[in-house]
Amino acid sequence: MSDITEPTPEERDEPALVSMRTADIVVACLFLVASAIVISDSIRLGFHWKPNEGPAPGYFPFYIAVAMAIASAINLARAVISKSEADETLTTRTGVFRMSAIFVPAVIYVLATSYIGIYVASAIYIAAFMYFFGKFAIWKALAVALTISFVSFMMFEVWFLVPLPKGPVEAAFGF
Amino acid sequence: MEDFSSLMGGFAVAISGYNILLMVVGILLGVIIGVLPGLGGANGVAILLPLTFGMDPTSAIIMLTSIYWGALFGGAITSILFNIPGEPWSVATTFDGHPMAQKGKADEALVGAFTSSFVGAIFAVVLITFLAPVIAKFALRFGPAEFFAVQFLTFASFLGMGRGSAMKTLASMCLGFALASVGLDGVTGTLRLTFGYDELLNGFKFLVAVIGLFGIGEILSSMEEGLAFRGAAAKLKMDAVIRTWRQLPRMAVTFLRSCIVGSWMGITPGGATPASFMGYGLAKRFSRNGRNFGKGELEGVVAPETAAHAAGTAAMLPMLTLGIPGSPTAAVLLGGLLIWGLQPGPLLFVEQKEFVWGLIASMYMGNVVGLVIVLTCVPLFAAILRVPFSIIAPAIVVVCAIGAYTVNNSMFDVWMMLVFGVMGYLFTKLGYPLPPLVLALVLGDQAESSFRQAMLTSQGDVTVFWHNWLSGGIMTLGVILALWPLVSMLLGKKEGDDKVTTTA
Amino acid sequence: MLAKTLRSTALKLGAACALMAGLVPGVANAWEPTKAVTFIIPAGTGGGADQMARFIQGVIQKNNLMDKPVVVINKGGGAGAEGFIEMKASKADPHKIIITLSNLFTTPLGTGAPFNWKDMKPVSMLALDQFVLWTNAEKNYPDAKAYVDAVKAAPDRQFKMGGTGSKQEDQIITAAIEKQLDGKHFTYVPYDGGGKVAVQLVGGHVDSSVNNPIEAVAQWRGKQLKPLCIFDSKRSTYTDKVTDDMAWSDIPTCMESGLPVEYQMLRGIFTTSGATDEQVQFYVDLFKKVRETEDWKEFMKKGAFNQTTMSGPEFEKWLTAAEAKHKELMQGAGFLAASQ
Repeated sequence: MSDITEPTPEERDEPALVSMRTADIVVACLFLVASAIVISDSIRLGFHWKPNEGPAPGYFPFYIAVAMAIASAINLARAVISKSEADETLTTRTGVFRMSAIFVPAVIYVLATSYIGIYVASAIYIAAFMYFFGKFAIWKALAVALTISFVSFMMFEVWFLVPLPKGPVEAAFGF
Repeated sequence: MEDFSSLMGGFAVAISGYNILLMVVGILLGVIIGVLPGLGGANGVAILLPLTFGMDPTSAIIMLTSIYWGALFGGAITSILFNIPGEPWSVATTFDGHPMAQKGKADEALVGAFTSSFVGAIFAVVLITFLAPVIAKFALRFGPAEFFAVQFLTFASFLGMGRGSAMKTLASMCLGFALASVGLDGVTGTLRLTFGYDELLNGFKFLVAVIGLFGIGEILSSMEEGLAFRGAAAKLKMDAVIRTWRQLPRMAVTFLRSCIVGSWMGITPGGATPASFMGYGLAKRFSRNGRNFGKGELEGVVAPETAAHAAGTAAMLPMLTLGIPGSPTAAVLLGGLLIWGLQPGPLLFVEQKEFVWGLIASMYMGNVVGLVIVLTCVPLFAAILRVPFSIIAPAIVVVCAIGAYTVNNSMFDVWMMLVFGVMGYLFTKLGYPLPPLVLALVLGDQAESSFRQAMLTSQGDVTVFWHNWLSGGIMTLGVILALWPLVSMLLGKKEGDDKVTTTA
Repeated sequence: MLAKTLRSTALKLGAACALMAGLVPGVANAWEPTKAVTFIIPAGTGGGADQMARFIQGVIQKNNLMDKPVVVINKGGGAGAEGFIEMKASKADPHKIIITLSNLFTTPLGTGAPFNWKDMKPVSMLALDQFVLWTNAEKNYPDAKAYVDAVKAAPDRQFKMGGTGSKQEDQIITAAIEKQLDGKHFTYVPYDGGGKVAVQLVGGHVDSSVNNPIEAVAQWRGKQLKPLCIFDSKRSTYTDKVTDDMAWSDIPTCMESGLPVEYQMLRGIFTTSGATDEQVQFYVDLFKKVRETEDWKEFMKKGAFNQTTMSGPEFEKWLTAAEAKHKELMQGAGFLAASQ
């Protein structure tokens, strides 16, 4: 088995799609946005000491958010002035492509779950992934996917009585 | 030794063929429940509770506690293999357990986790057996101030642990606190940070965040590096148990420390999750190998697992003697006791002797049976890693989705899981440590309400935390631990490999 | 499995025969669940409502009262708002029932969460849960009056009342007691569960509590807590000795003790608003059968419940009155959400 886990030499030289610096700046900004949201709601709730009620509901989140804002501002400043980070690679085109291979179908899968139920969606998701990315024969992919779905159906719905989202197929069988 | 003869009587009850069979069934079910994040221990016990109404109370509680032990054992499996904590208390197990699996040492990590669970549990059972009445009284001393002191100590034992930048650690922890405060504020009954969205009423549940941050985040990193799990090619050797056990004796101090921390947290009752974090944090700080923690150190698996299991077991004591459950699972068991006509409380040990000692005996038995079962299965669990990645990867996403859904039965949480997944990937890459975030999320609202309850009772006087030796002692210990990096720096023991210094 | 199938076949045959004989008109129209019934608990695991709901699930299963299974789920987010909003949202699905506690009224009033009990269809009242004023046995207040006098004599807010949650039943009762204190107040300390409150009271971290009987009975029997009075208009009807010398019926009412406060908590069942009369009737009958079991009677006795039950228009009238009472109490205490 050749070692496919190690990046190939071509991959190593591939130009960065996103540099560490860019990502750091974006994440720090998102942190600042989060702080702003929390602070605004804390102000609405009040963050002072209320007699007989103790600290008001916004007290704790307010100071937490202020600390978060200060820390993020420092992180942002560091990322902006940092030179070394600009050369570091967060991810490459190949990396993003590979991640999308699982993530984009996952998003579609979650969306589909609301309509056709989790079991059917899971079967399709697993089968499709095995067929397109794992290069399995279609019958193998279907067999594995259906088995997994069926076993989880029995486990959750029948044995442990944990209701999961179901769609028209399950309804046709009376669930 | 009146207790001792009662215990022997208890063993006589527990060791009947029927009860041992129930134990085996219970533990197997528990392992399954622990492995799948969608079936929490509490859920499993709740679902099976009605089935046990036909049994006599002792057999019923033996079966149900066995499920509980099984779930405690099982939580470690997915944490180690796939970085998905099946139960909240196995989060800390992922820190070193998963790196070990990536190095091809999954079997050692599993054996280490199971063995330390066993040691922790037995330590706590022995404690319960001989010191139950004393300990039960001790737990009564815990008011809001004492609870906050313990929570503060947990945070303190974890502060300054990350290798990364201090500011990123702070930002990460604050984000955890902020997420924890979404939803209903328990002290004043006001809705916070929900902005009118019904989906946010529930707040961000720890398990959803953890499944996303760790499970989905890990899948993304694995995909980025190529379509395979590192360590997938590990050879399976049948001598894993012997190999691992040989390494354990030199970790005796870590075992003992985690046993004490865990039992303490279980009794007070702080719960298994904070216990596992504290066990890990303390081991990292005080062990000789501490510097290698996070890179796949067996001791980093032993420390949290021992503490979690000691706490999980010790939590039975306040449940039986005080009627306060130390965990959600214990809460459901408590409901079961009431239905069988057993009233937990100070009189249970007097009025229902046979039941109590049967239960305690079954704790010994259940853990022995459990250890044998899970150790036998180690090669089976480790073999899961040999399943082709293109099957495992989507299956993990499915398991994560089910797990996230069942937390609140809502699709919103499944979407949040995906968001947390991207967050987990980015944070890991950019050096924002995840453990402080997770710890803040799990302990945040508890710590906040204890703090505010204490402030209420003292009418705003902060010295309430030093009003007696108990909370004062714990707080002082916490302060020392929080300032430990500073202390050790002053002593000139500054760590050499810690390149990042705070200049701001 | 086989026995069960046979049994249900026999039942169906029986029903068919009865129908043919024309003895039981309307059986043909009687509705039965066609899939598992989801039983929602608008509270967390381990509390009073949770215990009761899981107990009911056990009773239904043990006695085979329904062909389809009952699935219990906790939806306690936002003081129960999550569970109620779920009921409101699934009005077309009659396979959902919910057990209520006082948060049916207090949550929408206190948090402004968008629902009302009229968004669901009332099935029946199962029982009323009592509240008792407890103090630490070591303090040894002889009766409620002595305790109230002690609170009045002490500086304002020196006495601490522990309770479950905020702006919910425990705090409402506390506010009602405060009206009788000549301007003195308690410091109300909210905890996240009734069991915890009882233990905090034993540990001396608070001075009194208004725990439900079942939450504190163990500590009472262990001589750690002492009941001073019960917040009902009449004494409890349970005369079996709980401790060596006292039964629930020996606890005086608060009214008798010079503390005119009365409060009980609804333990009732609702289904979704789109349910038809037949569907509601099915659940009414189901819970009637549950109440007739020995297990249920034992459970009621253990928790000293007030076994008042009602359904139909009578129940709706009760609910309307109870809602008005909560609004009045909460308004008086300043607990209403800002938007109201």
